[in-house]
Amino acid sequence: MPKMHDNSIPKLLEEKGFSRRDFMKWSSAMAVTMGLPVTFAPTVAKAAELADRLPVIWLHMAECTGCSESLLRTDTPTIDSLIFDYISLEYHETIMISSGWQAEENLEHAIEKYKGQYILMVEGGIPAGSSEFYLTVGPHGITGAEHCRIASKNAAAIFAIGTCSSFGGIQAANPNPTNAQPLSKITDKPVINVPGCPPSEKNIVGNVLHYILFGTLPALDNYSRPKWSYGLRIHDLCERRGHFDAGEFVQQFGDEGAKDGYCLYKMGCKGPYTFNNCSRERFNGHTSWPIQAGHGCIGCSEPDFWDTMGPLEEPLTDRLYQSVFKGMGSDATADKIGIGVLAITGVAIAAHAAIGASRKNKGDSK
Amino acid sequence: MSQRIVVDPVTRIEGHLRVEVIVDDDNVVKEAYSGSTLWRGLETIVKGRDPRDAGFLLQRICGVCTYSHYKAGIMAVENALGITPPLNALLTRTLMSNALFYHDHIVHFYQLHALDYVDIVSALSADPKAASEEAFRWCETPYACGADQLKLVQDRVQKFVDKGNLGPFANAYYGHPTYKLTPEQNLIALSHYLECLKVQRTAAQLMAIFGAKQPHPQSLTVGGVTCVMDILSPTRLGEYLTRFQEVADFVNRAYYPDLVMAGIAYSKEASVLNDVGVANLWTHKEFQISRNEWLFDSGIILNGDLSKVHDLDEDKITEEATHSWYKRNEPLHPYDGEQEPNYTGFKDEKTLNAKGELVDTKVFDTKGKYSWIKAPRYDSKPMQVGPLANIVVNYARGNKYVVPIVDKFLRDTGLPLNAVLSTLGRTACRMLEAKVIADHGLIAFNNLVENIKSGDTETCVPYKIDTNKEYKGRYIGNVPRGTLSHWCRLEKGVIKNWQAVVPSTWNASPKDAKGQMGSYEACLIGLKIANLTQPLEIIRKIHSYDPCIACAVHVMDTKGNELSNYKVNPSL
Repeated sequence: MPKMHDNSIPKLLEEKGFSRRDFMKWSSAMAVTMGLPVTFAPTVAKAAELADRLPVIWLHMAECTGCSESLLRTDTPTIDSLIFDYISLEYHETIMISSGWQAEENLEHAIEKYKGQYILMVEGGIPAGSSEFYLTVGPHGITGAEHCRIASKNAAAIFAIGTCSSFGGIQAANPNPTNAQPLSKITDKPVINVPGCPPSEKNIVGNVLHYILFGTLPALDNYSRPKWSYGLRIHDLCERRGHFDAGEFVQQFGDEGAKDGYCLYKMGCKGPYTFNNCSRERFNGHTSWPIQAGHGCIGCSEPDFWDTMGPLEEPLTDRLYQSVFKGMGSDATADKIGIGVLAITGVAIAAHAAIGASRKNKGDSK
Repeated sequence: MSQRIVVDPVTRIEGHLRVEVIVDDDNVVKEAYSGSTLWRGLETIVKGRDPRDAGFLLQRICGVCTYSHYKAGIMAVENALGITPPLNALLTRTLMSNALFYHDHIVHFYQLHALDYVDIVSALSADPKAASEEAFRWCETPYACGADQLKLVQDRVQKFVDKGNLGPFANAYYGHPTYKLTPEQNLIALSHYLECLKVQRTAAQLMAIFGAKQPHPQSLTVGGVTCVMDILSPTRLGEYLTRFQEVADFVNRAYYPDLVMAGIAYSKEASVLNDVGVANLWTHKEFQISRNEWLFDSGIILNGDLSKVHDLDEDKITEEATHSWYKRNEPLHPYDGEQEPNYTGFKDEKTLNAKGELVDTKVFDTKGKYSWIKAPRYDSKPMQVGPLANIVVNYARGNKYVVPIVDKFLRDTGLPLNAVLSTLGRTACRMLEAKVIADHGLIAFNNLVENIKSGDTETCVPYKIDTNKEYKGRYIGNVPRGTLSHWCRLEKGVIKNWQAVVPSTWNASPKDAKGQMGSYEACLIGLKIANLTQPLEIIRKIHSYDPCIACAVHVMDTKGNELSNYKVNPSL
């Protein structure tokens, strides 16, 4: 476990005007987020006390900055300013005050000073190969890919934040005009993928805490996603799941079924094929999530989802996928069940939906 | 001897922006160049896809003004198909726009721009009691400005500074001679900087109530909105009202008074005055509040002449690429836009580094191509879009929601109307836009409730896409950074062509074939820089536009060529 300074987190908190109670509240929220029983809260708190201001370098590649914006939404009211102090954000283009030469100095300084101790977080896909020069940063015109290689060399851990750096994302969708690649194709060091377009703030922050709490990196599925956040399908805990099982479906946006909160499978919901904790954690401090707002899941935490999940408002059944990375497609279980299951799952879900609907229709006609 | 200064990256913006200036012996800017150093190609990617997916894909142009391109993508398809969504859907979209403008503007001012005007280190020497009294000069009920609270802010920041590890605050231009606020005023703004971190979260929730999440809401669909349960829920409506008022409170008690305070303090600072950039201003109606009414009107002002507001002629919009890294240079209308990448890279030259030494660097090839941003023009003229254009055009139009708010601001600051046409004015107009929403944003909400009460619960209209038919359509509207338009052609049921002409493309445009500058470049000419190794004045001016560079960078290839075949010479 990286021990940075003698200052403990609670001491830091106190200085920042946060009470012990605020901290414990946050600890239990994080324990729940990470799928641990609430009784683990004191453990979380204790672990957080051990480390202070883990240095973080955050690089922006070909992206929309949505992941950085998501990070800013941390939900417990008094906590987001804490996060900025708690992780010492050494370089982050959207937040840092200095520009130009001074900004680049900060990056070089952090890599040198915290050699082997900092966490690298990368947002965005990365133009690679002969397209590498489609992104340059700094007065020397260094490419984005080169920035990633330099910064990853001495990082203690590397997180690809968002679907773009995890899997290439929107710019890597067919025909991938800039030859954008995921971070894992740029560096030969292990990369933990935290996909989502964008991932929720809890999925970003939770991983850092995991590192501090257990002194290890989180357990991963076969797409290198942390199991604690990507272990279940959206479908598994969906609030509309009962309607799916009962065969009650929205047939058209705005219809009576939509007003009653019926299942969105027929409107193209990709919840059955998508691994993420949205149905449990939601977004913006539990305010809502796409399925609550009446729109299906688009599968944004799956590899190549822009190519494999479209048309986004049509249901998926048994189909073959074409994607730029010749990937495995969207569905595999979080851990070990492979591509073969996808088609079967798709067929099974379609069949289930059809049976459910016919049963329901019969019921209606009575 | 003239010197070339490179600022890359320009931070506290969205995207990858490089600015270069050439200054004379007196440190006065003689030439200015702004260019983006990233290309993504989203318009190529949407081609051949289902038009219903366009909004979702194009939303990923930007995660900061998230929702702008989503709404534009959906509405361009609706326009092409001849669909008018139900009133409930239109009003709900406005409620989400309220949230977006709130969020974007307060975050821009406090998190991305304020520290160009506010010296944090100076705030540490303030007297909290005097600062509290100062706050009451600008507002009867100032936000988070009690003496005790300001003391707490000061202590927290002091302890942070004492650790010697400033994180994102490191290596800034503290103590720069062009900072004008007193220590007490700096402390007030610093308190609001920290408060805004909380309020921005509330503004994001405001969007998520009907939008599912923020960034990247997911409740619009071609034909309407999907959040029918939320619209019909009194709990959700109550949540919206409460969150809306919480942000309005911040706008009224922090954002507005801080801009009055800064407006007066900086009213004689040469580096932020008399530099409108491009004086051709364009805005477009937005914030639909009933079937036929909008909060803001459309219009064009040419050469800063406020006495005449022109109507838009859509056919006069073109984009060209003389100095942009694309193959075809000639101006084309967005329906027929054409772009194939043609990256020619940088040149080698010596420029000044942070220590004032001349060192080897890369610089723009300014005689050739130097940006991934194209040069949009209206009737061959560069235009400025954004809050300045929106407020000025609406003021000149006599818009009943805008005029009283602008008049009050001018009274409160003692500034003349033409002071608005400046860098300082641009920053003030962004606040004035937020203030119009704080004062009138609930008209749409009330009309939505009235409409539901009348028994209309329709949120979506059905439609069919005829695969034998060709369609074309566009969205033109106003988003936080200014006038946005999306142009599409549909054929055989899929997207044949798509072009987004976005606010930052207008403002950050490189020169065109005639040598006409875009607004970023134009506003830097004549600027005197106090310290060449600390180009704070440049950053302050560029930040006043709230640059969004991912938005500004886009490409389309109408010939269906395989773009992956292009080769770049890495030795360039």
